[in-house]
Parts: sequence; C-alpha cells; structure tokens
Amino acid sequence: MQDFSTITDAIHSFLLSFMPGWLTTTVECVLIGVGLLLVYALLALFYIYYERKVCAAFQCRLGPNRVGPWGLLQSFADMFKILIKELIHLNHIDKFLFALAPYLVIIASMLAFAVLPWGNGLQIIDFNIGIFFLVAVSSIGVLGILLAGWSSNNKFTLIGALRSGAQMVSYELSIGLSVLTMVCLAGTMSVGGIVQEQSDLWFIFKGHVPALIAFVIYMIAGTAETNRGPFDLPEAESELTAGYHTEYSGIHFGFFYLAEYLNLFIVAGVASLLFLGGWMPLHIPGWDAFNHIMNYIPSVVWFIGKAIFLSFIIIWFKWTFPRLRIDQLLSLEWKYLLPINLFNLVLMVCVIIFGWHF
Amino acid sequence: MEVTTKSMPYEAFKDNEYIEKLVQQLKESGTNVVVGSLDKLINWGRSNSLWPLTFATSCCGIEFVSLGAARFDMARFGWEVARASPRQADFIMVAGTIVNRMAPVLRRLYDQLAEPKYVIACGNCAISGGPFRKSYHVACGIEDIVPVDVYVPGCPPRPEAMIYGIMQLSRKIKVEKFFGGVNRQEKQREFLESHPVEGVED
Amino acid sequence: MADFQEKIAKLFPEATFEGGDVPVIGIPDRQWHDLALALRDDEDCKMDYLVTVVGMDWTESLGAIYYLMSSKYNTMCGVKVCTADRERPMLHSAADVWRVACLYEREVYDFFGIIFIGNPDMRRLFLSVDWKGYPLRKDYAEKNEVSVDNERQTDTTDTYIELPDGTIEKKEVDVFEPGEFVVNIGPQHPATHGVLRFRTSVDGEEIKKIDVYMGYIHRGIEKLCEDLTFSQALPFMDRMDYFSAHNYHHGLCIAVEKAAGIQISRRAEVIRVMMDELSRIASHCLFIGTYCMDLGATTMLFYTLRVREQILDIMEKTCGARMTFNYDCIGGVMQDIAPDFQQDVKALLEVLPKNIKEYNKIFTGNVIARNRMEGVGYLSREDAISYAVTGPSGRASDWACDMRKLRPYSIYSDLDFEEITATEGDSMARFKVRMREMEESAKILAQLVDNIPDGEYCVKVPKVLKLPVGRWFTVVEGCRGALGIYIESDGSTKPYRLKLAPPCLPLAGVVDHITRGSKIADLITIGGSLDYIVPDMDR
Repeated sequence: MQDFSTITDAIHSFLLSFMPGWLTTTVECVLIGVGLLLVYALLALFYIYYERKVCAAFQCRLGPNRVGPWGLLQSFADMFKILIKELIHLNHIDKFLFALAPYLVIIASMLAFAVLPWGNGLQIIDFNIGIFFLVAVSSIGVLGILLAGWSSNNKFTLIGALRSGAQMVSYELSIGLSVLTMVCLAGTMSVGGIVQEQSDLWFIFKGHVPALIAFVIYMIAGTAETNRGPFDLPEAESELTAGYHTEYSGIHFGFFYLAEYLNLFIVAGVASLLFLGGWMPLHIPGWDAFNHIMNYIPSVVWFIGKAIFLSFIIIWFKWTFPRLRIDQLLSLEWKYLLPINLFNLVLMVCVIIFGWHF
Repeated sequence: MEVTTKSMPYEAFKDNEYIEKLVQQLKESGTNVVVGSLDKLINWGRSNSLWPLTFATSCCGIEFVSLGAARFDMARFGWEVARASPRQADFIMVAGTIVNRMAPVLRRLYDQLAEPKYVIACGNCAISGGPFRKSYHVACGIEDIVPVDVYVPGCPPRPEAMIYGIMQLSRKIKVEKFFGGVNRQEKQREFLESHPVEGVED
Repeated sequence: MADFQEKIAKLFPEATFEGGDVPVIGIPDRQWHDLALALRDDEDCKMDYLVTVVGMDWTESLGAIYYLMSSKYNTMCGVKVCTADRERPMLHSAADVWRVACLYEREVYDFFGIIFIGNPDMRRLFLSVDWKGYPLRKDYAEKNEVSVDNERQTDTTDTYIELPDGTIEKKEVDVFEPGEFVVNIGPQHPATHGVLRFRTSVDGEEIKKIDVYMGYIHRGIEKLCEDLTFSQALPFMDRMDYFSAHNYHHGLCIAVEKAAGIQISRRAEVIRVMMDELSRIASHCLFIGTYCMDLGATTMLFYTLRVREQILDIMEKTCGARMTFNYDCIGGVMQDIAPDFQQDVKALLEVLPKNIKEYNKIFTGNVIARNRMEGVGYLSREDAISYAVTGPSGRASDWACDMRKLRPYSIYSDLDFEEITATEGDSMARFKVRMREMEESAKILAQLVDNIPDGEYCVKVPKVLKLPVGRWFTVVEGCRGALGIYIESDGSTKPYRLKLAPPCLPLAGVVDHITRGSKIADLITIGGSLDYIVPDMDR
C-alpha cells in the first residue's frame, strides 16, 4: 500500500533543511491552500460534467459532446463565461451580506475538505475530533443560504431561504445521529482512526443491520442537506424560479453553483468514509491474496471512486423522483427518520456491547 | 477569416457574407480582429456556453421544449442549462408572440439579464408580428423593444432551425472583442438610449 | 323542447324565441336575473353549465348571449340580453348564478365595455388598465401604441351595485386586504405554462387568495377573424391551443360546414377524427411530461416526448408541419394522407401501451408522486359544472362532459369508446383520467386505421364561401375541454362575429377556488393538473 506520508514527510524535511520552522509551516500552508483550490475547482468542473452526462444517459440523450473531446471542456467553457459575466448591482439590498453569502457557502464546503481522507497519509489535517469538525463546518453553509435569501430583498429568495433553513436544520439532526451511530462503532472521532478501524472490513459490512440503516438515512439526509432533488425545495425551479440565488449573477452565482456540486462530493465522501472505509481498499478477512491485490489499487483512486459511485446514486435520485412538498419533507424527517435513527443508535450500541458485529 | 462553430464546416453556413461583413467592419473601425489570446479564451468560453432563459409565450416555446428533448438534444452544445432567473442566463430566445401587455415584461427581463446578453427573435411573431400583425394588441416585431442579434424565421421554426440560429449567435460572439470597443456593445448602448423606459425608479 | 319553451313563455311573457341550431331566448335586461335563476333551478331546465357569454355589437345595440347547457338533460339554449345605450351600457350580471360568469362577463366588459351590475369584479381581463377603447366594438378606432413602460397596476376593483331605488352605485373594493404578503408569480415563470400571472397572497407557505391576470398573450384573434374570410380564419385555430390544432380546426370546419350546408365525404371524416385522436395522445403525452417536470421529475418529460415525436412524424408526413398543420379545411382536408400513414399509426399503437405502462411504473406508483397529488386540489362535481371546468379536468370530478358523447359530431357516434370519468376530483384523478384517455384514443385509432374508406378527401366548395344570415353555435371536444364556436353571419364572405369559447379560460378561473388553503407547491401541482394553455385562454 502506497503511503503518501513518506512523500509529505520528505517535502517537510526538505523544506526544514534550509528554512526556519515557522516559515516551513507557512510555505506548506500556502502550498496546500493552492493545491486545495485547484482540486476544488477541478472536482467541481468534473462534477458538473458528470451530472450532465449521467442525467443525459437517464433521459436517453447524449449530453455535452461538442466542446472538447466528448464534451469534456464544456464545464470549463461555462466557468470562463461565468467568471467574466456581469455582477449586477442591485438597489435596496443589504450589499455587504449579499456579497458575503456566496463566500460563506463556498468556505463551508472548503473547510470540510480539510478533513476528508483523500488517501493513505494524504489528509490535510487529522485531529481527534475530525468528524465532529466536519459536521460543524458543513452547517455553516445554511447561514450563507439564509443570508443570500434574506439580503436579496426578493420574495422568492426569502421563501427559498426559509425553506432551506427549515430543511437543513432538520436534516442536520439525522446526519448527526447517523454519524454518531458510526462513531460508536469506530470508537473514535478521528478521521484517520475511523479509516484504520475499517482495515479488515468496511463498516457497512461490519455493522450489518444498524450500519445499513444508518447508511440509508445518511444518504437521504445528505441529499436533503445538499438541497438536491427530490429535496431541492429551496431552489425548486418550477416554484421559486431559482430559489435563494435568484438574484445572483456572474461569479457569485458561480460560487453557489460550484458549492452545490462540491457539497455533493463532500456528502458522498463522508459516506464513503463512514461506511465504505474511506481510502481503505476492499478487504475481506481470510482472503489474503484478494486483499493483497486490492492493495495495489492506489488509495486515492479508492476514495474518489467510492465518492463518485455514491454521487451517482444521489444523481440517480434526483433525475428519478418528483420533489417533495415542504410539509412532507419535514414530516419525513421528524416523524420517520429521527425516531428510526434514535432506535438505530440504541441498536448499534447493543450490537457493540454484545459484540454482534463481525 | 473563417468563423465557425464546432462540428459545422464553414461552407455549411448559408450566410457567411454577413459574418464576413461583421469582421470587415471590425477591421475598418481599427480593432485588430486577430484578437489577443485572452480575448480568444473568453470568446471561446462565451460562445460555447450559452444558457437560455426559460421564456416562451406560445407555440415556438413548445418547439423549444422539443429542442431540449432526446431527438434534438441541445445539451450536445451545452445549451441545456436553461435558467429560470434572468440574472444567470445569457440569451433570451423570444419564442412566441409579444403583445402590448407583454412588451414591458420582455424589456424588463432583458434589462435584468447580466452582460453579455443576447436576444434571438424566434418565429415570425417575434420577428414581425407574423399572422397577428394586423391585430390591435400585438407588437409588430420585437426590435423596438429589445435589440435583436439573430432572427430565426418559421411559424414555428423547426428545432433544427433553432439550433442553426443559436449556432449563428455563437459565431457572432466569436468575433466580438472583450477589451476595447465592440460594435455590438455600441449598438446596444445606442438602442437603449433611443428606447428608454420611463417611470422606472430605483 | 316545446314544453320547455311554453314554460318559459308562461313565466316570462316578455321573452321572445328564435330558432336555429340552438334556440335563443330574448329577454329584457331587468328580467334576466330572474330568468337565469329559473333556468338553473327549474326541474325541467336545469341549465347548470354556462358554456360561454358571447358579447355582441349589433351597432344599434350592444348585448350578450349566454349559452347554457344542462348537465342533466343535455339540452342547450341561448339567452340574449341587449341594451341600446352605447355610452354607458349596463346589463345585469349572472355571476351569482354561474360562478364562471364572473370571468366571462369581465371578458365582455373588456371587449365591449358593457358593465355588469352585480358582478363582484369589473376590471379589464385581457387588456391593461390604461387601454383606450373597447376593441371588439365595430366602431373601435383608438390606437394603442406598444410601449415598454411598466404597466400600471391597480390594487382595487370596481363593482356596480343596484340600490333598491333602482340607481346604480359604483364601489371600489380592495383585491387584497392591506398587510397581506403578496407574491407575484409570472408572467415569466416556469410553472405557469406560458405567460399567465398569479398574484398570490400567502401566509407562510399557505395560499390565501390568488388573483389571476391574463392577457400577456392576448392577440385579438376574434377581431382579426372579422376581417378575414372563413377559410382565412382557419390558421388561427392552430395557434390557440397548439396541442389541439387538429381538433380546433375540425371544430371551425364543422361550424362553417353546418352553416353552409356542406356535406363532406366519409373519408375526410375518418381522417379528421384520426388526426384529432392522434393529437389528443400527443397532447396528453406532453401534459404528463410537463406535469411531472413541474413536480420535479424532469426525466419523465423526455420519455413522453418520445411518443409525441413519433406522432409528430406521422403528422409531418401527411400535413407537412410539426406543429401548426392547417390540415382540415372547409369541405374536407387539405391533402390526402401519406402512403405509409396507416403503417405508422399501427406502429404507434404497438408502442403506446408499453410506454403507458412505463410511465405508470416510473411516476404514478411513486410514493412521493402519490403524496404530492392525492387529495390535492379537490374540485367537487357541482363546482366543476358551476366553474365550467370541462375536459379531462371536469371528468375527473365525475362530470361526464365529453362533447364527443354529449353532442356527437363527425363520426364519433359510430365509434366504440368509453368516456373516462373519475370520482376523486383531485390532481391524481385529473392525471389518471388523461392517462386512460390516451388508451381510449388508441382504441378509436385501432378501429379506424384499417377502415379508411375510399373516396375524395375534399369535396368541392365554392371559392368564395358565403354563409346565409344567421347564428350558429357549435361545441367540439378539444384536448383540454369543450371548445364553443359561435358564428354570426350577415350574409357576406366574412363572419360578422366569430366567438371562440376556449376551454382553458374557465380552467384558469377555477385556480383561485381550488388552491385556497393549499401550499405554494400545491399551486404548481394544481395548475399543472388543470393543464391550461395560456394562448388558448387569451386568444
């Protein structure tokens, strides 16, 4: 198994050899920041293309195929255009909050990137409450959406923002509880620790029934958290034109657009971390030869592959189901998901105490 | 200079004189048409990413829906991201008749679009009033309401014609200049000055 | 009919009777309201369905003809009221007798300037507040320029009340109560299916009242037709409800042929009916697609458009166009069917059941879809009739209002098909009725496809067609409901008045009634399930 920490350690000691410690840290931070931005942008562009292609496949169409080979450059063209599109200055709005909102949304998703386990030894920061940090920062996003809706001084955006607030605050609960369920199984909140715990078997197999329930709930709540169909009420196109970002143009809109896809990746990434072992290859106890072969596939490929597969499922939802209504959405959370989740947590604790897991 | 779009040879376009005249005009007005590489990049982005506004008033709108469907699939060209909010769209496809009561709405939508913005008059009604030209409550063409970039005739135009129309728009964008004066922008400014909207308070 | 006439004559001695295909009762204005109540409530009349109100300008007088139908006895009659006053014409309203009359009378006010006393809402319907003149009057000469300046908006409406001493008082009423949170939906909005505008007063997510604004695509087809010959008026039928292009063409052709006494060949009849039913399938397909898209299931649109494209191919081969066909003409059809027409229709009939099954599998059975649609937007049978909600939407409220059965035209009486009705009256019922109607249309097509008789596809009609003096009223079934066509001829080549009573106008009129108390999202569900076409209601 390729361990990226050898490379990062080498870079670290190389920098230390001619720089003082504080400068090394600064340079490393800058390098990581730039790298993160790059990965962030590329991933978002890839996701836009991916969603358009998957959606086209479901709808018996071809999807983008003219710009660049197989239409690969389509989302690049879109980004260039959005970058230089006019930023419309509106009157009668709260200008500061209006400008702040897209950055809040994008920062929330970027912070979450810090703790994602990209590969073996390839994690920006691994501290003991990593998963807690993840849950915490991802809930900043709702603030950005609320601000966007409120500061636009538009009735549609306001309704969209309030819907979004109600929705995200409710579904945060489900996410938190299903994460908690898995943390119980892992016995640690550190992201690296959670991945290591799954080195013999992924949690979804290890925790069997409760893990499976938690997985389903997490996927539902995660979809709701990212405001994607069938839970895309805050930006329900046929009801609220474009929901909370109706008034945004140019790159501000671009930020919302990118953040939507990045959040999709984060939800899928966290799901793969908690249930499918993060970057951990598929290991089955006793099958040593098989495990050995699996180890040859680089860990980064494992992680991104899992995330993309899970996003495929979420995209599949979106293009299949009709949208829920706000009261149905909330009753789904409070009347079904939450009680099931609480019960599931108890079940998981029992499983762990009595050692019923694999 | 041959201005063309992806997957359509230059000779296949029927009105190359027009685009050549446009290039000629640009050259005469002193701007160098062999645009800088940044301009090229920007124009590449703009011409390949045209997002329509979901706007339709009548029959042509249904053909526009067909254009998005599997047979004609405008997603191939990247035009399928139809935005319902004018702030995020690049062009209005005026699909259908514009009547007196709708004219201010259309103008407002146009004003709400973010630059660069384009208008395609789609169908005879939008071009000249079409079969309803003599009516008491129909605008005889939209060119007095908004500046039009491309006209697509037909009643309603076939989806293929609409694809051709949007391709023409994409060609027009390719010879635009981002830095410095652009004749399209000047024309647009002239138009807006000569057709002001009264009674608008901020 | 005779005893009905006697009864009215006994009750209202001043009433006059005119014959014609639909008998018309003339009544002085002051007795009109009593007659309206009698017509609706009398056991032998039961005229509970107001088909349309035709505003008229006979130059010496202005007036309106109310066309009524009984849902119980399937009889029709017209009531004519008129006033000689051109400066300030006033008639009594029947808005409290038939709910839909409120909307119809607003239309008459808009076009002719006739004020209806007692109508709660006397605003212009299609034209803006500042519009000068009444366009459908014969002496209309004002010029209204196209302007890009924002439309003036009023928040009040006028009503005219008759005081006990006989004087008329004008009152201003607020549309919305002060302090209400009013959201403007439309005219450019993805869910209004065109350019309809709702001013929606909401309380949180709950709808308190909807004020519907129309006219954003009002093109004055009726006035245009007055300057054209009958065959020149035909192409406009394509552009009203563009999904029922064949059905509407068929309707106007029948109306003119009936008036001119033209008998067309059986071959032409069969071709016309086949085209009607093909467009019905195509129209319902698009309905299912756009409706699902409104509810957020975008993918269904692409599956339903697949079938629609196949139908459009069949039509294109025969008619030469994808949408505005202009195929039916007076005396038959424009040209003979394409050689592989029958083969194509058979191919369609083969794939259609599979597709319908697929739609049901993807959407109808889906738990989210069921929750969104079941019990949402309930419309009772009485309200459906009172609001004149015809077509599949009316049939979903258990009102058998299919004009193909009630007043069979063309060859529909020879055909074996069922009239689909449902009792639930909710959005799901409206959806399912359309789904099943597609199957019925396929059944009709299957009966006809191998039985297209030989003969000429178009009989000879005089180049210059003149109708005798008189008035005719025809009702046909479009894809969205009953289309009423009123022709009044003064003996020339052009219609003196051609009134089109589209099914979509009442559909929009009922939105306020059925959305009250629902959520904003339900407005989309309900609006989608009613399936109105805005150019059709606006004309």
